Amino acid sequence: MPLGGIGMNRIYMDHAATTALDKRVLKAMDPYFLEKFGNSSSTHFFGQEAFEALEKARAKIAKHINAEPEEIIFTSGGTEADNMALFGVMNSGQGKRIVTTEFEHHAVINSAKALEKQGFEAEFLPVTKDGFVETEKVVEALAKKTELVSVMHANNEIGTIQPISEIGKICHEKEALFHTDAVQTAGKEKLDVKKMNIDLLSASAHKFYGPKGTGFLFKRKEVKIKPLMQGGGHEFGLRPSTVNVAGVVGMAKALDIAVQGMEEENAGERKLRNMLVDSALEIKNSWLNGAREPRIAGNAALGFDFVEGQSLLIMLSDKGVAVSTGSACNSKGLKPSHVLLALGLPRVKCHGSLRFTLGRNNTKKDVEYVVGILPKIVERLREISPLGGEGNVQ
Amino acid sequence: MFSKKSLEVFRNPKHIGFIKDADGVGRVGNPACGDIMWVYIKVKEEKGKEVISDVKAKTFGCVAAIATADTISEIAIGKTVEQALKISNDEVAKALDGLPPEKMHCSVLSQQGLKKAIEDYRNKKGKA
Repeated sequence: MPLGGIGMNRIYMDHAATTALDKRVLKAMDPYFLEKFGNSSSTHFFGQEAFEALEKARAKIAKHINAEPEEIIFTSGGTEADNMALFGVMNSGQGKRIVTTEFEHHAVINSAKALEKQGFEAEFLPVTKDGFVETEKVVEALAKKTELVSVMHANNEIGTIQPISEIGKICHEKEALFHTDAVQTAGKEKLDVKKMNIDLLSASAHKFYGPKGTGFLFKRKEVKIKPLMQGGGHEFGLRPSTVNVAGVVGMAKALDIAVQGMEEENAGERKLRNMLVDSALEIKNSWLNGAREPRIAGNAALGFDFVEGQSLLIMLSDKGVAVSTGSACNSKGLKPSHVLLALGLPRVKCHGSLRFTLGRNNTKKDVEYVVGILPKIVERLREISPLGGEGNVQ
Repeated sequence: MFSKKSLEVFRNPKHIGFIKDADGVGRVGNPACGDIMWVYIKVKEEKGKEVISDVKAKTFGCVAAIATADTISEIAIGKTVEQALKISNDEVAKALDGLPPEKMHCSVLSQQGLKKAIEDYRNKKGKA
């Protein structure tokens, strides 16, 4: 039997991993693959029409986050934008110390760790069991001269939204730069870099129904960064490499659509997510990781005692439902999720985590189907499991 | 990442469960690591030999953990205790058409679980 989804239900509830390209986005991109394929750095008319499209997209994106066009640097995605922010600022000769958190995305955590190895000082702030960074902890950390602070806008596993405006304000009072990884919130939550005191912000198109391989770093004009790569003078000399014009056009279109429909979409997703969470929590020995609000509308990070997330994932996949584990067990690593450990969740509970992330196209019917099969799947795995019940014979 | 065979066994395990009056129980693994196996065996005397007549296993873990626990049970049934002790983790992995390298420890766990169950059986027998 193939692994799920063939000739039956194909319910996608892993939107925090990636999203399907919106058809309108594909249509906007199409000319830039075929007739307007020019290199945006070329002087001839092919180049110029690509350049115009690129700059139009840049202006649109800038407007959506209340930035200037020249403050948007196109990248290959969120990971590159995060790397560019951290290495770019620290290696530009301005600083010695960076402060971030224990539950950042690996793109930030591992960059900070690599900077540590280079000789910089890095501090990883703890988070509360509900999944929030406390502003007092930022104040304490900034008692020591710090050049860069990086706190994600919303966590990718548990969806909790961080008080970044306040954190940004604290940073500026202490003359530290503030970077936020907004990969999970771009197109889903309102972003205003000026009001939110943000100096650098990372985003990725494929999380908001845009194409994969395209993202951007917002960098306030005054902030100096050292490029990650050597090459041509693209992107204000900060990011060499021929620009992915079709991708950037798609990202701008996707952000237009997402921003326009944001409130309505969030309301719908939040309703469905609450329905999913409420039903799932009727299963005995289950829980929601992180506070329910403030959290991204579509995120339901659930946990079930006595069972392991990957087994749950495969059983759901067999029934045509795509989700992800909270633990890294679905990838090569065997370690429990660093995010859940940061919340103080015991290791055995970390292994029983499952992340549902709803999106634009999920329906009430999808949720009804999932909550219909979920209790049976959990029960079946609990029958198999030695934990929490029968089978404890001598 | 998993072989078809591993997924098949995971979906339809034959030896998952427990034996109430087991002659030996082997408990291995660690909840913190994400894999636990409890292996239960029944042993019968047949023509002066100790033969494993039934094996059941309870498993907390991923696809590989459940599949290896079921597979070692399948392999051990009908073998003498001596033969069962010689089942290697590679044999379990091979029966599943291989395991991803990072999941090989599950096959080791299943082998240890069976071994512990046999040790438990021998201890109990010694005391009886």
